[in-house]
Amino acid sequence: MRIALFITCFNDTLYPATGRAVVTLLERLGCTVEFPMEQTCCGQMHFNTGYQRECVPLVRRFTEVFAGYDAVVTPSGSCAGMVREYHGRVAEVSGDARLASAVQALPEVYELSEFLVDVLQVTDVGAYFPHRVTYHPTCHSLRMLGVGDKPLTLLRAVRGIDLVELPAAEQCCGFGGTFAVKNSDTSVAMCADKVRHVLDTGAEVLSAGDNSCLMHIGGTLSRLRTGVRTVHLAEILASTEEKPATDGPQPSPLPRRTTEGVRSR
Amino acid sequence: MSDAAFLGMPSFPKAARNALADTQLRRNLAHATGTIRQKRADVVGELDDWEELREAGRAIKERTLRHLDHYLLQLEERVTAAGGQVHWARDGEEACRIVTDLIRATGEREVVKVKSMATQEIGLNEALADAGIAAYETDLAELIVQLGEDHPSHILVPAIHRNRAEIREIFLRAMAEYGAAAPADLGDDPRQLAEAARQHLREKFLRAKVGISGANFLVADTGTAVVVESEGNGRMCLTLPETLISVVGIEKTVPTWQDLEVFLQLLPRSSTGERMNPYTSTWTGTAADDGPRAFHLVLLDGGRTDTLADPIGRQALNCIRCSACLNVCPVYERVGGHAYGSVYPGPIGAILGPQLRGTSSEVDRSLPFASTLCGACYDVCPVKINIPEVLVHLRARVVDESRERRMPTPERLAMTAARWVLSEPSRLGTAQRAASAGGRLLSRRGRIGRLPGPLSAWTDARDAPVPAEESFRTWWRRTRDERT
Ligand code: SF4
Repeated sequence: MRIALFITCFNDTLYPATGRAVVTLLERLGCTVEFPMEQTCCGQMHFNTGYQRECVPLVRRFTEVFAGYDAVVTPSGSCAGMVREYHGRVAEVSGDARLASAVQALPEVYELSEFLVDVLQVTDVGAYFPHRVTYHPTCHSLRMLGVGDKPLTLLRAVRGIDLVELPAAEQCCGFGGTFAVKNSDTSVAMCADKVRHVLDTGAEVLSAGDNSCLMHIGGTLSRLRTGVRTVHLAEILASTEEKPATDGPQPSPLPRRTTEGVRSR
Repeated sequence: MSDAAFLGMPSFPKAARNALADTQLRRNLAHATGTIRQKRADVVGELDDWEELREAGRAIKERTLRHLDHYLLQLEERVTAAGGQVHWARDGEEACRIVTDLIRATGEREVVKVKSMATQEIGLNEALADAGIAAYETDLAELIVQLGEDHPSHILVPAIHRNRAEIREIFLRAMAEYGAAAPADLGDDPRQLAEAARQHLREKFLRAKVGISGANFLVADTGTAVVVESEGNGRMCLTLPETLISVVGIEKTVPTWQDLEVFLQLLPRSSTGERMNPYTSTWTGTAADDGPRAFHLVLLDGGRTDTLADPIGRQALNCIRCSACLNVCPVYERVGGHAYGSVYPGPIGAILGPQLRGTSSEVDRSLPFASTLCGACYDVCPVKINIPEVLVHLRARVVDESRERRMPTPERLAMTAARWVLSEPSRLGTAQRAASAGGRLLSRRGRIGRLPGPLSAWTDARDAPVPAEESFRTWWRRTRDERT
């Protein structure tokens, strides 16, 4: 099976550790993962903000880059949802029949937990993560893709984990892409409740299948100095006794020397 | 209280900011929506065939709307045959004129009203007031809104933003002005409040010669109108007066009584969380020795035909006004209904208002963006309106209209730049390096506390992540491609 990783432009730039974790995890499970270098973005931000025409070249590139693979895996529920629900619509808007059939011919695009449970049919991925964790089911994973409790099934099988239920888990965190900026007051009000529920669990780690929502909730957790950190599902599942997930603030600043170099200017 | 009364509303984000600061409102809303949400979930959970019912409801609506011209003519014929009279109104103004003329012809100066969204939409009460006719709302929540000189903030529970202490205060202050006063020792117990309303309304029911209503459904093959309610006040208005005038949107038509069966299951469970609503009133034209002597049906277009012409947007016309989408909406729950600047608040309001009224006002242009696209509304909608799909469709409409303006907005410039960057992996790589360097300049201890420009709206309350020093693609090239 030829498996392609769609990292998403967002993870590529801001959360590469999640991508590295997906590769580690899938290789540990015996898969060969390819990363087509020509990939960029699924067009979700443009599409959801009303810039549908601007999506056309992005969707065209997506269909060209991923044509011919047997499966595409992505560590983002909302980007998987964008491809599955709306790439056809973008093709329609473009009026290009060839693009429409290219979208039709695309291989199945799976969110990570779907790929693990449905395609590889594993629930115990052999992970070890000795921390108190609570899980937020992001809206697009939950309602657009319908991943159900696949992520929780995977987490439950992790050794050492103390998995605690998040109250009102299915309520949106208030991110919503450009909503977080356009309607920042409402977005923050929603996040305040999410954060309250996270703190109620006493967890030290909040996990989810989408770094965009984690950036939002995590940004608030960090601003309030709550001492709760966010870790993408992939990073927990990739973590083992031999190679634990990094504990640092996220996304982990790499070698200190360069960071210091910039600061001491 | 009409949509006209909301014109000149500020855009959603501005109105929301004020609402979010109202702690009493926040508490009232969280409590009320939470309670109804749970009730709905319980009674929906009882049915094994809920999904099939939803699908049936959607399919009936879709089929009816596709052949609406046919069903409307059939409806007109049957209503007329049963002794009623049908009037066609192109827009709200025409509908108000028709109703005003009909009331004038009776010589009456006051009317009693059944709770109706359509008459609020067209601003009927204001139009009647201008013509010297007093319209009395008889639904308990509408009465609270009317006495409080307030706007409704919810489809089903227009006074959801009020708690009982506030309602008591409104009754004591305003009832005397409109009729029977509230007892001086009125408490805030729901039973006492309901009793005060009953006393206040009774004399109006007994006196009124003209009743005004909307309808939840119009059955085309018999010409029957249907009103679904909880209190029974509606039935009083529908049966006691001599003249009954019903103003109904054309999309409320269903072909047959058999179709009603589906909706009479979907509606109460979705809206009040009851298995069956207490009162379902149906009437077909007039009867010689029972109920009103004269019946007028005013069929309202008001932007519905235009909405019908849009293949994606038209599903908004499936709506049976159950308000389940409001109750689950995380935005509505925090902001309430007034910020939507329309009698239709919440998710359905965000897709209905900009279609029925167009996108010429600031608030209507902002409504499609007043959502995180979380999809909770779509999940509960009993007629399966894909609200997120319509929202993004309307966002594109707003953006495309703005393209016609010569000066591009900062947002459009940013989106164009982003598209340029994302169209080529090499450009993305360059942008990543720039972002990483810039991010490190702004960061302190691995987080960014302040971003410039419009992005400061993010960092006002949230830290931002520092772009990674090494992007994923660079890592892959360094560690993988070199190996091969
Ligand atoms: S859109 Fe659906 S859920 Fe919302 S009020 Fe209408 S029918 Fe009910």
